[in-house]
Amino acid sequence: MTLAYTDKSAPFTHAPTSVQKTMTTVILALVPATLFDAWLFGWPAIFMFLITVGSCVVAEALCLQAQDKPVGATLSDGSAVLTGWLLAMSLPPWAPWWIGVIGSVFAIVLAKHLFGGLGQNVFNPAMVARVALLVSFPVKMTAWVTPHPLFSDKGLSFADSLAITFGHAFNVDTMTAASALGYVKTELSRGVPVTESVQNLPDLMDMAIGLHAGSFGETSAILILAGGLVLLARKIISWHTPVALMGTLFVMGTVFHLINPDRFADGTFHLMSGATFLGAFFIATDYVTSPVSKQGQIVYGVGCGLLAWIIRTFAGYPEGMAFAVLLMNALTPIIDHNCRPRAFGRTRKGEPLEVKGEK
Amino acid sequence: MKIFPVRGGIHPDYRKELTSEKAIVPMPLPRKLYLPLQQHIGAPAEPVVKSGDMVKKGQLLARAQGAVSASTHAPTSGRIADVAMVTAPHPSGLPQLTIMLEPDGKDEWAELPQPLADPFAASSQEIRERVAAAGIVGLGGATFPSAIKLNLGSQNKLETLLINGAECEPYLTCDDRVMREYAAEVIDGARIMAHALGTAKIVVGIEENKPQAMAAMSQAASAFPNISVVGVPVQYPMGSERHLTQAITGLETPAKKLTAELGVVVHNVGTARAVHHAIRFGRPLLSRVVTVSGGAVTEGKNIDVPLGTMVSDLVAFCGGLKEPPRRIVNGGPMMGQPLPSLEVPVVKGTSGILALTADEVNERDTQPCIRCGSCVTICPCGLVPVEMAAFIRKDNLDGAAKLGVMDCFSCGSCSYVCPSHIPLVHFFNYAKGRLNEAERDKRKLERIKTLAETRTTRLEQQAQAKKAAAAAAAAARKAAAAASENPDNKASV
Repeated sequence: MTLAYTDKSAPFTHAPTSVQKTMTTVILALVPATLFDAWLFGWPAIFMFLITVGSCVVAEALCLQAQDKPVGATLSDGSAVLTGWLLAMSLPPWAPWWIGVIGSVFAIVLAKHLFGGLGQNVFNPAMVARVALLVSFPVKMTAWVTPHPLFSDKGLSFADSLAITFGHAFNVDTMTAASALGYVKTELSRGVPVTESVQNLPDLMDMAIGLHAGSFGETSAILILAGGLVLLARKIISWHTPVALMGTLFVMGTVFHLINPDRFADGTFHLMSGATFLGAFFIATDYVTSPVSKQGQIVYGVGCGLLAWIIRTFAGYPEGMAFAVLLMNALTPIIDHNCRPRAFGRTRKGEPLEVKGEK
Repeated sequence: MKIFPVRGGIHPDYRKELTSEKAIVPMPLPRKLYLPLQQHIGAPAEPVVKSGDMVKKGQLLARAQGAVSASTHAPTSGRIADVAMVTAPHPSGLPQLTIMLEPDGKDEWAELPQPLADPFAASSQEIRERVAAAGIVGLGGATFPSAIKLNLGSQNKLETLLINGAECEPYLTCDDRVMREYAAEVIDGARIMAHALGTAKIVVGIEENKPQAMAAMSQAASAFPNISVVGVPVQYPMGSERHLTQAITGLETPAKKLTAELGVVVHNVGTARAVHHAIRFGRPLLSRVVTVSGGAVTEGKNIDVPLGTMVSDLVAFCGGLKEPPRRIVNGGPMMGQPLPSLEVPVVKGTSGILALTADEVNERDTQPCIRCGSCVTICPCGLVPVEMAAFIRKDNLDGAAKLGVMDCFSCGSCSYVCPSHIPLVHFFNYAKGRLNEAERDKRKLERIKTLAETRTTRLEQQAQAKKAAAAAAAAARKAAAAASENPDNKASV
């Protein structure tokens, strides 16, 4: 008589972990920053956010259905919501509806399901979408609107907001400003040294709090940082990738600023501006596309930081985090292959250790 | 004493409180005992009794066969009902040859060997022979014949006997109770083993979640300056021989070597107590302490169980099952074997019988791997479970072997933490089985090849010898003929 199942090896106990729980924790860590930005940029930003997350979920459902995979069960893992959420946070807050929809198709269909779905994608879906949008629609993707907080004098009415998201009533030039990184870069190309151009930016405190122009997620550095610390505390992520990334960015910024302050922005500026915190804690730490070992994560983090600094400083785009992460995603398999932990009782090369005293 | 860090590991829900305060109770004799001939690693024992024989308690029933084996004795007096195939306590549910004993209720002792008057004056060999004769195997669950392990001193320079009281498996409390209730016996057994091994130092390693056991053992050891009782961090799998050795000595056992090569031999607390009984009283191993626990059991207990008791009798003694279990486990939940039913006997390696509910087991459908890297972080062997599983899924077993799958000892930590509920250890057990099989086949093939080559050489040599003999004979004939034709020309031959 069979009383119990023997179809599986031990262990017969399991940690209270699941994919869904992991994804939910990451999403919860993003909530404070998201609410702040929703307030800061008003209804158009809220529309853009809902459209992006919604179309990611719809795209995921359609992809699953096309592959005859269980739709409800897979959707409930929360990965599509998280992808949409991160994509939305990297977009200009007042982007029109079709930016969100096209981005979602890039993220879910091209970057995720064509590679085999959850866990199989080589590149971070949200960043693939962001970069594809940036190179396809450079004007829309760099229309950084100045803050228009809800319920304030500058806040927009619901009808105006609908027009911005769904119509063409949005006059780009009157309401936008350059992001901090973009401003410094433009001024530098006009011959204005960094030391002067940073004077015209909001001070570091304002940048940290988020009262300046920028993407949905890059404007509330402090709240993103707080969310990142929550992920660290809940052991969803480890310190290796974010510390390596931010450390590299800071060191590169500081060293080159000391060499030539007119040409290079300083390390603190690099940390506080752009999507540094979002990239370090939420984008670069994406499980699927980053190395699995701690050693590998340090190499990967350093690579991301270095590339982000190089792109910000020398390349055509003011913000390099998305490109940096995508480039390092491509290296992840190689890093994984070369950064395995040392096995117990073996040397790094895999040979058995020698017994002490043995000749 | 300084404790050294050990890589990885997990902190599962221990649930030891279900039975940790339950004192060891003796199991009443069941109506029938089932004693498999193989309750240990190595060759099965050879039965020396037959159906209908009357035996007394402690009498030899089956004798150890070959270099690695262990004898089995009668746990009580009674009649041998049969020697037949009975379901083994193994996930396969396959039968093995088993001696069935019907107790007569008298519990009459056979004549036992005289206790050693002073074990510390006896030779190592004498102690080993006694331990072997008592049928003692590693009671932590590995069931390796202890006498062989006590001989490691002959090939290695040993410094430390490490008594393993870590008991890192959740639910299990049998070692904890043995240490609390029989500390003096454990310490005495350890001292005898250290004498046989030739080690000066004895260290008892106990996980810090067992303060009463620590106190009892420290008290029992206080008279002996060469014994230290050490608390080790609560970190599964601390009870693994290699990891406990590392925590206590800081030495990392090289792959494919024994801890003995570092001068350390590890024995379980239950084994030490069994050695005490064998040497001081001449008693063979007849019973062991088993933890019966889990949410599906009416009342969890720590029980001194005669070997061969049916698990169903054991569970009935605990009030039976209060709900249908999802899994029945022989051993702890992390490394134990799943049992198909309760109709299997308790053997020497049975440290626990767990009847776990679906809630406790917490099984879910497997989801795709999200490469979170938890398995890499916690692997106490420094392996990369995620990559090994990917290779095995594609049946690339050589690839998995290159990544060190054979170094995995199936501690279960990776499966335990996996958010996608991927049964990683199941993959590794499959790969290890297949790789071992391939290795056996390879050895067999090589042996056949050697034999075939030897045969060919022998046949060639025979043919050559025949040919040479024939040629010699022909030459002789020719010479004889020539001589007879031309008897004068002898010089021409």
